[in-house]
Amino acid sequence: MQMSLKRLRPHDGVPILIFLILAAIPVLALIRSEDYLLSLFERLMIFAIAALSLDLLIGYGGLISFGHAAFVGLGAYAVGILSAHGMHDAIIALPVALLSSALFAYVTGVVCLRTKGVYFIMITLAFGQMVFFTASSLAPYGGDDGLTIAARNTLGGFALFRSEGSLYYLIWGCLLGAYCFCRMLVGSRFGRVFRGAKENALRMETIGFNVYRFQLAAYVIAGMMAGLSGFLLANATEFVSPAYMSWQRSGDLIIMVILGGLGSLHGAIIGAGAYLLLEEWLSAFTEDWKVIFGPFLVLVVLFARGGLLGMGKGLVRRLSGG
Amino acid sequence: MGEPVLQLEQLRKRFGGLVVTDDVTLDVMGGELHAIIGPNGAGKTTLINQISGLLASDAGRIRFAGRDITALSAHARARLGVARSFQITSVLSGFSALENVALAVQARTGSSFRFIGRVAAEVDLNEPALAVLNELGLTELATHIAGELSYGERRALEFAIALAMQPKLLLLDEPMAGIGREESLRLLDVLQRLKGRLPIVLIEHDMATVFALADRISVLMYGRVLASGPPAQIRADRRVVAAYLGDELE
Repeated sequence: MQMSLKRLRPHDGVPILIFLILAAIPVLALIRSEDYLLSLFERLMIFAIAALSLDLLIGYGGLISFGHAAFVGLGAYAVGILSAHGMHDAIIALPVALLSSALFAYVTGVVCLRTKGVYFIMITLAFGQMVFFTASSLAPYGGDDGLTIAARNTLGGFALFRSEGSLYYLIWGCLLGAYCFCRMLVGSRFGRVFRGAKENALRMETIGFNVYRFQLAAYVIAGMMAGLSGFLLANATEFVSPAYMSWQRSGDLIIMVILGGLGSLHGAIIGAGAYLLLEEWLSAFTEDWKVIFGPFLVLVVLFARGGLLGMGKGLVRRLSGG
Repeated sequence: MGEPVLQLEQLRKRFGGLVVTDDVTLDVMGGELHAIIGPNGAGKTTLINQISGLLASDAGRIRFAGRDITALSAHARARLGVARSFQITSVLSGFSALENVALAVQARTGSSFRFIGRVAAEVDLNEPALAVLNELGLTELATHIAGELSYGERRALEFAIALAMQPKLLLLDEPMAGIGREESLRLLDVLQRLKGRLPIVLIEHDMATVFALADRISVLMYGRVLASGPPAQIRADRRVVAAYLGDELE
């Protein structure tokens, strides 16, 4: 039993290092007086939360959702629409963001989870596009052009989100919370059943688990986490737009998770980071940065099974005389 | 032996124009090992799938422990105590052997909608699981990943999963298929020890195993029960010998 305990322990050092680096960014930004670093890493951490929740579905549940950006968009639009009506407090906006994404996840999950494999991918994509087109046609809230948010949320009247520094650490805290929550979830009784359903759903049914109920619960949880990331995204950018929930964005999230390494959680954070930093760095050279990014991604998928995280582990093994 | 645990009443299943289970009526008594034999394509696996709930029946009824379970899903039947093994061994390949068995314990103890607490450290799950592994002589494999075990070991692990469910009925679909001589002797030994402890439905092509273990045998041909009775009676049945046993017993 001791052995199986040890085997399941994640490589503790890596996540701790990730969160330490992220915590140190504002200091670096201060020293080098580069403010864009803050907003870049805010974005990075927000996408990391969405990627984490997607890793929960893909990496641990084998549920390849191609409509995950819809939840991010719902969370963001909750902030945008409420603020258009003069409601600026997170005490209202956050629950609305979480509940609307949870509700959407539940209603669509009931349908999507009846299907498997490619059909699941297609139907989640379809629902995602539905939300995208709905948002695009919301003329009172900017339609295609999106909606500028007059002011960031307050939190119980306090302007916590309004200073860049406190917003940064708030997002950091959310990411840490989301990470710890996911880590706890996959190691729990619930998580074992959910992981088991990915391994062999038929076996799980014949042991006596109603696999569908567990997958639906996980789908709602992941949807809510993506909704949280949308809530933060709207606050960080002070803008919401249908582009947040386009199918390309859902694809970006899948790429992040695969790039970082499926089924490890911190791999999703690394993947989100690598994706956005590469985008930032490459787009400084050329507008057509995707021409370079595309082949790079192909190489990672071909030669580094387990993504960047797997590549790193392989490197460490080789260096330590394997 | 008392009451029948499982009663199939005029069970039917058709795939398109092909009737695979044709008015099958049979009983499995408590504590009995009931073997179902018949040539390939006789509908044995389909019958097991119908009993375990993976296939819905077109007509007829299935009663289990005095309850009509015809309309219940596979997981609901499993919870009532119907456990099974598959012709092609079915375990969770990415999980350790211990985790495979502990999951079966988890399925029958308490809610699995529990989001906190490390399940891998739950003594209440691990100890009963280890006890079952121990009983089947798999203790030293507990921490091995199921996908890395030999075929025979995986088959034994599948037995362990089924036993950890503390079932009231065990359905075994060709447990001896595809495993080596030595390992099949070990499995035969396991079956011998299980026999009598709980009712077992056994599908098997190996007639030596069947006649050594079975209390009763039903012969299935083209989805119909051709004959049903104790081994001696089946062996002497001229229709059965003509249709099936003739070449098997050569």
